[in-house]
Amino acid sequence: MLELIHRFFHRNPTAAPGIVLLVAVAIFSAVAGDRFFQPFNLSLVLQQVTIIGLLGVAQTLIILTAGIDLSVGAIMVLASVVMGRLAVDFGWPPAAAVALGLAVGAACGTVNGVIVTRLRLPPFIVTLGTWNVFLALNLWYSRSQTIRSQDIESAAPLLQWTGRSMELLGARVTVGSLLMVLLFGVAWYALNWSAWGKHVYATGDNPQAAQLVGIRTNRVLLSVYAVGGVICAVAGWALIGRIGSVSPQAGLTANLDSITAVVIGGTSLFGGRGSVVGTLIGALIVGILRNGLALTGVDVLWQEFAVGLLIIIAVALDQWIRRI
Amino acid sequence: MTGNRQSASPPMLEAHGLVKRFGRVTALDGADFELYPGEVLAVIGDNGAGKSTLIKVLSGALVPDEGEVRFGGEPVSFRSPIEARLAGIETVYQDLALSPALDIVENLFLGRERRARGILGTVFRRLDRVGMHREAGERMSELGLLTVTDLSQSVETLSGGQRQGVAVARAAVFGSRVIIMDEPTAALGVSETNRVLELIRTVRDRGTPIVLVSHNMPQVWEIADRIHVHRLGRRVAVIRPGTHSMTDGVAIMTGAMGPGERH
Amino acid sequence: MRANEGTSSVTGPHASRRAALCALVLIAACARSETTVGLITKSNTNPFFVKMREGAEVTAKELGLELRTFSGRYDGDNDTQVQAIENLIAVGATAILITANDPQAIVPAVQRAREAGVLVIAIDTPLDPMDAADATIATDNFKAGELIGRWAAATLGERTADARIAMLNLNPNAITVDVARDQGFLRGFGIEIHDPNVVGDETDPRIVGHDVTQGAEEGGRRAMENLLQRDPSINVVYTVNEPSAAGAFEALKAVGREHAVTIVSVDGGCAGVADVRDGVIGATAMQFPVQMAVLGVRAAAEWSRTGAMPEPSPGLAFYDTGVELITDRPAGGIPVTSSTDGLTKCWG
Repeated sequence: MLELIHRFFHRNPTAAPGIVLLVAVAIFSAVAGDRFFQPFNLSLVLQQVTIIGLLGVAQTLIILTAGIDLSVGAIMVLASVVMGRLAVDFGWPPAAAVALGLAVGAACGTVNGVIVTRLRLPPFIVTLGTWNVFLALNLWYSRSQTIRSQDIESAAPLLQWTGRSMELLGARVTVGSLLMVLLFGVAWYALNWSAWGKHVYATGDNPQAAQLVGIRTNRVLLSVYAVGGVICAVAGWALIGRIGSVSPQAGLTANLDSITAVVIGGTSLFGGRGSVVGTLIGALIVGILRNGLALTGVDVLWQEFAVGLLIIIAVALDQWIRRI
Repeated sequence: MTGNRQSASPPMLEAHGLVKRFGRVTALDGADFELYPGEVLAVIGDNGAGKSTLIKVLSGALVPDEGEVRFGGEPVSFRSPIEARLAGIETVYQDLALSPALDIVENLFLGRERRARGILGTVFRRLDRVGMHREAGERMSELGLLTVTDLSQSVETLSGGQRQGVAVARAAVFGSRVIIMDEPTAALGVSETNRVLELIRTVRDRGTPIVLVSHNMPQVWEIADRIHVHRLGRRVAVIRPGTHSMTDGVAIMTGAMGPGERH
Repeated sequence: MRANEGTSSVTGPHASRRAALCALVLIAACARSETTVGLITKSNTNPFFVKMREGAEVTAKELGLELRTFSGRYDGDNDTQVQAIENLIAVGATAILITANDPQAIVPAVQRAREAGVLVIAIDTPLDPMDAADATIATDNFKAGELIGRWAAATLGERTADARIAMLNLNPNAITVDVARDQGFLRGFGIEIHDPNVVGDETDPRIVGHDVTQGAEEGGRRAMENLLQRDPSINVVYTVNEPSAAGAFEALKAVGREHAVTIVSVDGGCAGVADVRDGVIGATAMQFPVQMAVLGVRAAAEWSRTGAMPEPSPGLAFYDTGVELITDRPAGGIPVTSSTDGLTKCWG
């Protein structure tokens, strides 16, 4: 019996976090009842995980190559600061400001990629360094000032477009959440239905083998970090939509939160295995947990405890599944 | 030099006067090499004789300091294994160079993925997964690798012999003209070894010559058509299993016997 | 060299230890005519500390002191602050001004500094216990909370009896500042608090619940959303600082309740005062971080010259830099400052 379960999960590794998600929803529905299990609240959770979900897409791609990016949060905030300053303080057309913000994200990601591939330094160390660099740039460019929601609303409402919501069968869905789901879809497609996606997996799984069959692993790595940077900038745009303002203090725990979502979703930190759908599920699990525990009035301490426990269970489960 | 020529046809892959030095060590000291179409040529030699250096030069992993390599009659100089592969020389490495997390089909087509036809393929860059799966199935059964029934299982779930089969299939599938195999049965058990040897015969019979580097004398005597004996950086003899015994082979390899002698 | 007479914290053994320290440190450092003051802030991302640092730099330059600034890498980072203290001891700093990320965990390092003869002044966040520092210059956070609590009750008038209150705190660590403001607000509002050192032990049914915000907009929004799910009729929101208040406002706006709910906060940053002006925040208790830094640097200079310790405010164990209630809707007879005036005094 155990053998069958093991075999099932080995074939469908994403099923594990999927089942955990369903169990979590079931438990909280039983305990918190209608307040939890209603379209509005569930769509609320979707909104609450949007930022981390977006960062999670970037992080998944990078972790699949056996890398890691500790600067995703810093890139996100820097991009949002660039968008805000240009549109509000310098009067640029909002569309141009958003475009430049995305370009800054791409540039930051490329910097990471170049250092990892050219200098051959471990991604952990590289992005630890660039995290500090991007953070410093953020503080310098923003002069540590917040650009208030009301000011953005009057000067450049496009920046808050990701926060616009629409009613959908009793639920409220924001543009940001839809963007997140879209990006997850695109990433899923690229990873499963394109040659590039296979090369990403191969580069993380066995880079020497990949090189021997002619895959330019350096190019793959560079592309993954650069694309990741753009996605972080999109997260920056979604951040403005969510909090309304541009704040240099935002996203302080975003790095670790994005890694948490990836790990809980079943992607291996050693590279080559995992799925981006798992990351979405991982983000949702954390979101459901926080929302559910808050609704039932459990002390916040236990939320942190629960997330920590989840991570350990997720990794242990993943190890067991991988055992052949 | 003992032994007869294979046939009147010219060698598929040959090298003359190869020299390769690493600092003060001369790994190849005027080595020659010939591989004829339709044969299994084994390369044997003691440790440090230079046979792996020879193979690396042939497969494009190393560039020789002196000497020339000819492929299909034309002089070639490969600067990387990719160039050799593009020319049609496929190498099955000792550690197989497979991606354990990917499945058999993905590994077979790694680096040479096929895209779907039409817009799906060009604009959306979509892979023809169904087509690749089907083709993989056909090729694998051609090679007699029927034991692997489910092609979408990941390579890490396969046994050593099955993995070896996948690696050989990958080398054989893409119309390669020469396959070089480095110690293919080193880590295998008896029955798996036999299956791999069968596979080698099948590939040869389909028209692809094979260079087989091996330490395993019984295997070599069982499967090789000709045996290239390498010693001290050069080829000292080419012998046949029919005319020389294993003991002779080992003796020539270690220098206990001259190439012209026989027991 | 500076004089070390007549004060409570610098006695005989300290003087000889100071001499010993000089012998170990380079002669040049001892003979240096410039006094070094260290400023260690919680982080350098929060504008509160940026302004504090700027204020300290200006005053230090005025008084001819050398100022060395350090900060934790994030809110809650104790280790970097400990290292900064050790750094400052090693270079022979005269005084250290510190806003502690962890008021308890930092105490051993502070003791070491004081034993080495360095004056340590806690700024903004009192240490735990408060007398672990030589002096404390801070806002009376309890009073700040009380002020906004009284204002909220006065604004609600009769509806105070069945108010629905959401409490948005800082983080699970429940540091002194967080607890003081929370408990002060409840006392000011008229709710009985049990243990003033513990958040969340109240039993008044008017409190819908507590959640944490990490003192930022995202946390404020999420905490507000989740509490609204518990009780959509919330009409009073206490927030630990203005960024979390701004986030809470976004959540209320998303469900169309931004005009039905009164948000109060503490800080007095210019963005927050502008939010008062725009009706995002009902009232905020303004702090004076620049004042704290200026006074701290001056106290350090004074001590190094004359050995006189900074005096606490009368009746208190620390020097209170004061709070002002910033609002455009006066209530309950509480002295207020309008948002327009507030914008001239704000920091950030």
